[in-house]
Amino acid sequence: MLVMEKNAMTEEIEELVLKYGNQRSALIPILQDIQRKYKHIPDFAQQEIARLLDIHPVEVFSVISFYSFLNTEPKGKYIVRLCQTISCDMQGKAAVAKAIERELGIKFGETTRDSKVTLEYANCVGMCDQGPALIINERVYSKLTPEKAVQILNELK
Amino acid sequence: MEKKNRKGAVLFSSYKPGEGVKKALSLSREDILFEIRESKLKGRGGAGFPTATKWTIVAAAIADQKYIICNADEGEPGTFKDRVLLLEYPELVFEGMVIAGYTIGATKGIVYLRGEYEYMLKSLEDFLESMKKDNLLGKNILGKENFNFDITISLGSGAYVCGEETALIESLEGNRGEARNRPPYPVNTGYMGMPTVVNNVETLASIPHIISKGGEWYRKHGTDKSSGSKLFSVSGDCEKPGVYELPWGTTISELLHIVKAKNTKAVQVGGASGLCIPKSQFERALAYEDIATGGSIIIFNESRNMLHVLKNFMEFFVEESCGQCTPCRIGNVKLLEGVEMIEKGEYKFSYINQLKGLGKTMQIASKCGLGQSSSNSFISILENFKDEIFNGNGGANGK
Repeated sequence: MLVMEKNAMTEEIEELVLKYGNQRSALIPILQDIQRKYKHIPDFAQQEIARLLDIHPVEVFSVISFYSFLNTEPKGKYIVRLCQTISCDMQGKAAVAKAIERELGIKFGETTRDSKVTLEYANCVGMCDQGPALIINERVYSKLTPEKAVQILNELK
Repeated sequence: MEKKNRKGAVLFSSYKPGEGVKKALSLSREDILFEIRESKLKGRGGAGFPTATKWTIVAAAIADQKYIICNADEGEPGTFKDRVLLLEYPELVFEGMVIAGYTIGATKGIVYLRGEYEYMLKSLEDFLESMKKDNLLGKNILGKENFNFDITISLGSGAYVCGEETALIESLEGNRGEARNRPPYPVNTGYMGMPTVVNNVETLASIPHIISKGGEWYRKHGTDKSSGSKLFSVSGDCEKPGVYELPWGTTISELLHIVKAKNTKAVQVGGASGLCIPKSQFERALAYEDIATGGSIIIFNESRNMLHVLKNFMEFFVEESCGQCTPCRIGNVKLLEGVEMIEKGEYKFSYINQLKGLGKTMQIASKCGLGQSSSNSFISILENFKDEIFNGNGGANGK
């Protein structure tokens, strides 16, 4: 990270601390905001958050590693999470999964080379009556067919 | 927010926004607790703890601050009733929280919304704003002096275990969502160490109806031991999946008829952590005294491979176990390995029986509800479908 980028990041985290407070309960909202913007929580951000909340950086890392929606390695601009739980599975999840993998040329758990899409599985996303379902960043798509899923992905800018 | 044309005896019955809070504020705290005790309302998340008891303990506690938390971390496979309540009936949920706040003497309510439901956040926050404008939230609510109450929404980050109330509190406090030892219970030592009521979305949504129509009216629905109605999230092999409000005591076969399920072989009640009910037991009732459930109903027809179903559930638990206690962290991996052995046809019956024993140990030795219930499906599917799985074309289709 360049010094300028570091300074910008520090400023950004300072603003988040002003918004959510500097107590421990502010940690997860701050991490979520950084995650939403950068698609991961860089090492430097972890250190700065720890410094400003006055906790050990290991505590920050420990929390990130616990939650599946927080991560330390960069992910794509769009994180696609296909529900793998039984109701979606019975409604044709496997065919949708294969179609997406073919179209993007990556497997689940991987990111496209242009860093546009990361493909993951999610556990039950609460759309069991309208499966198969997937979530892209925070939007949810339901009643998918392989064709419809691919179309949605191709419309991502 | 558009409302679908839903019909039901209690939650989906007609309700004028603000009615419950208005009525509650005209009553004393004792009167409200009395009505809720009369209603015999029990927690709708699945555990079924009497709501009045929970509230009474917190109401009696002396503390600088008390909290009311709405558990909207609905993560059980096959459950989506909270999604419907929050999107279509937010007034019930939030007013339930306001009434709870008034009754127990709390000024702050927190909704713990699962990360997967982030798409609802905007509309829920807009709704809270409109409640503030109507003075249903904020300072001196509806002119009641010194009754101040506010609701904030906190997002989860994709951890099933955070639906467990102490794990949820840990997460709200900015920690890993690992369950705490109980006791102390949240009613004594909850969020920030203060007395805290943690209620399911559906429990809270029942409150405004109970207050405006009375506990006795509520008790008329359902059975003796399970009063009121329940929202069932129905998915799987049926013509009409969706959320249904039915009185407690409805049998599985009645429910299957309502949702137009055909050739049903099995029904998973209570999600991955629930029980798999075979055809021979379809006359059993959905009620706390028979099959208690948080409302997840997954229907399997004759074409489904139950071993595949079980594998899906065990994969779920291996991923979602928080890893804090050994029975759950290692037990679930062992059970999944057992399922894979059966799938390949490389198993010994003696070992499978040992695994069932391990499952029973996990039910006793795990720290929280996740590990205590994750072996339910393993034991019930292998018991109830042993013919299919081990004989004939079962167990990797006869290999």
